[in-house]
Amino acid sequence: MMASMTSDDRAAWEAEYAEARLRDVDFETMSGIPVDPIHGPGPYPGQYPYTRGIHASMYRSRLWTMRMFAGFGTAHDTNLRFKDILANGGTGLSTAFDMPTLMGRDSDHEWSVGEVGKAGVAIDTVADMRDLFADIDLGEVSTSMTINGPAAIVMAMYVAVAEANGVPRSKLGGTIQNDVLKEYQAQKEYIFAPRPSMRLVTDMMRFTAAEMPRWNPVSISGYHIREAGSTAAQELAFTLANGFAYVEAAVASGLAVDDFAPRLSFFFNSHLDFFEEIGKYRAARRIWARWMKERYGATNERSLLMRFHTQTAGVSLTAQQPEINIARVAIQALAGVLGGTQSLHTDSYDEALALPTEKAARIALRTQQIIAHETGVTNVADPLGGSHYVEWMTDEMEKRADEVFEHLLELGDGSMLEGVYEGIDDGYFVGEIADSAYRFERSVNSGRRIIVGVNDFTDGDDADGSNLLYIDAAVEQEQLGRLGAVKQSRDSDLVARCLDSLAADAAEPDINLMPGFIDAVEAHATEGEIVSTLEGVFGTYTEKAVV
Amino acid sequence: MQDPIRIVLAKIGFDGHDRGLKVVARLLRDAGFEVIYLGLRQTTDAVVAVAEQEDADAIGLSIHNGGHLTLAPRMVAAVAERELGVPVIVGGIVPDRDIQALLDAGVAAVLGPGTSGADVVAVVRSTVAPE
Repeated sequence: MMASMTSDDRAAWEAEYAEARLRDVDFETMSGIPVDPIHGPGPYPGQYPYTRGIHASMYRSRLWTMRMFAGFGTAHDTNLRFKDILANGGTGLSTAFDMPTLMGRDSDHEWSVGEVGKAGVAIDTVADMRDLFADIDLGEVSTSMTINGPAAIVMAMYVAVAEANGVPRSKLGGTIQNDVLKEYQAQKEYIFAPRPSMRLVTDMMRFTAAEMPRWNPVSISGYHIREAGSTAAQELAFTLANGFAYVEAAVASGLAVDDFAPRLSFFFNSHLDFFEEIGKYRAARRIWARWMKERYGATNERSLLMRFHTQTAGVSLTAQQPEINIARVAIQALAGVLGGTQSLHTDSYDEALALPTEKAARIALRTQQIIAHETGVTNVADPLGGSHYVEWMTDEMEKRADEVFEHLLELGDGSMLEGVYEGIDDGYFVGEIADSAYRFERSVNSGRRIIVGVNDFTDGDDADGSNLLYIDAAVEQEQLGRLGAVKQSRDSDLVARCLDSLAADAAEPDINLMPGFIDAVEAHATEGEIVSTLEGVFGTYTEKAVV
Repeated sequence: MQDPIRIVLAKIGFDGHDRGLKVVARLLRDAGFEVIYLGLRQTTDAVVAVAEQEDADAIGLSIHNGGHLTLAPRMVAAVAERELGVPVIVGGIVPDRDIQALLDAGVAAVLGPGTSGADVVAVVRSTVAPE
C-alpha cells in the first residue's frame, strides 16, 4: 500500500516536473555528477501538504527573488539606491519607510523632529511617492512596501503614481506588509485599535481581490515577532494564528476563501539555529496547507500554498567585530534557501548600528548570489527532507505551534480571530515574547550562550563606526520644504472635500475605504491628514505598559 | 537598609522597539531596583512629571531608530527645566562616535548594543550613587 502510494506520488511529481520550465544551467555537482531533482519517498515538493516545498521543480525553475530592503533620506535618495539595486542584479524592490511615515504622521508633526528620513524614506504625499519610483517601470518591477498601520494610504499613493505613469493597477505586482496584528504583538507600529485596523486590512484585501490580481495585500509576518524576542516555535505559531485570523476576517467581510487566499504571503525570520529554522519553514507550509484545506475549506490548490519571504535576523548582528556578521548572514540565508523560501533579504554586516552602507548592502546581496550560483544547493528541492533530525524538528515545531493554536481557540471560543484579539487584549503575546527575550538575555549574561565577539572571543574588535551611513540632518529641512511646497500648490478645497467624504465613509463599516484614499492622495492630501481624519472616527490605540 | 534605587524607564516619540527596554526593566528589577516602566510613546514632559511624582533617582531612555542626538538632549533639557537633578541614562542603538556628543549634552551614561546585564546594573548604580 505504502509503496504504491509512493509510486503514485512519484508519477504525479514527474508529470508536474515535466511541465516545469527549467533554468538553462547544468544540474550536476561541481565534479560533474548529474543529480536528480528530488530524493527519497513522497509526498514530494509540490504535493500536499507541501512540507517539502510548494513547487515540483523549486529552484531549478526559478531562483528565489533577491529582494533587498532599502530606504533612507528623501524619496530621491532612496530612488538612487533602488536603481543601484536593480543595476546590480536585484530582482525586486523593498521599501523601508521612516518612523513618521510608518506611524501615519507627516514630517512636520512635532514628534517627527530628528526622525525624518532616518530609519527609512520619508513619504508625506503622492509627490514623494512619484520621486521614489522615478524612472522605474512599475509594470515590470515587483515592489514590496513594509508598512502596516497606514498601509492602505501608502498603497493608494502607489496606485496613483502608477496610473499617472500609464501603468494600470491590474498590472502592478508586489506586496504590502499590511499585517497589523503583529504590530500589537511585537513591532508596535499601530495607530487605531485592532478592530478598525482590521477593517482597513480587509478593505485592502477586497480591493486587491477585485482590481489588483498580481498584488499580495497582506504579508503575514513572523519576522518582527522573532526580533522582539520570541522563540522559533512562537514565531511560527503566532504568525500562523494571525494568518488564520485574517482568513476569518476576510471571510466575515464577504470574500470567499479561494478569492483571496492565493494572494496571502508570509514573512519569516532566519536566525542562527540552522536546523530549527529549516524545521520551522517546513512545518509552516504543512500547517497552513492542512488548515486551509480542512478548516477553511479552500479548494483552489493555490490557496494551500504558503509562499514566504525570509530575512536574516537583524537582532543576531553584533556591533562588535561587525565583519563577522557576514558569516552569520550567510548561514541564516542558507537556512532560508534550504527551507524553500520564495524571496530573501540578507542583512548587511554594519546594520547593528545603522542603516547599511552601499558596500555592505552589496556584500549582502553577493552572499545570496554565492548560495544561488556557486553552492549547488539549488539543484535539489528540500535536500534535507528525510534527515531524521530535520523531520523530527519539523514535527516538533508543528506540535509546539498546535499548543498555541489550542490556547487561542479557547480564548476565542472556537474563533481564531477572536482568540487573537483576546490574546492582544490580555497581554498574552507580549508577555510570551518578553519572557523569551529575557530568558535569552539571561543565558547570554550567564555565559551559557556564547555570542562570538560579545561575551567571548572578543579580541580584535577594531570597529570605530567611521564607515557608518549617516543621514544628513539637511534631509529633514529638505523634506519639510517639499511638504510645504505641496501644501501651497494644491487645491485645498478639494483636499477638504476628500477628507470629509473619507470621514463619512469611515463611519460606514460596509464601505470600502480604498477608492476614497486614492481620491484623497491624488488631491495631495497628506498621509497625516488622512490618518487624523480616520482617528476622528476610529479613535487611537494606547497599549498597557506591562513588563 | 538603604532604599532601593528608583528608575523611570521610557521610550520617547514614535520608536516602538521595546525589547531592550523590557529586558533592562526585568534585569534591574531582579537586581533590586524599583522600576517605573512607562513603555512606549511618551513625551519628555510626561517622563519628567512621573520622575518628579515618583521621586525617581534616574531616568532611563531607550532609543533605537537614530533619533538619539535629538531626543536625549531634549530629555536632559526637560529635566533641567524642572530642576530635578536626576541623571538621564541612554540605552539602545548608539554608535560609538555619538557617545561623546551625548555626554557633552548632559547625558549621564550611554549603554550601547551588546552591553552585558552586569554592566547595565553597575552603570545605573554608579550613576545614581557615584563611587
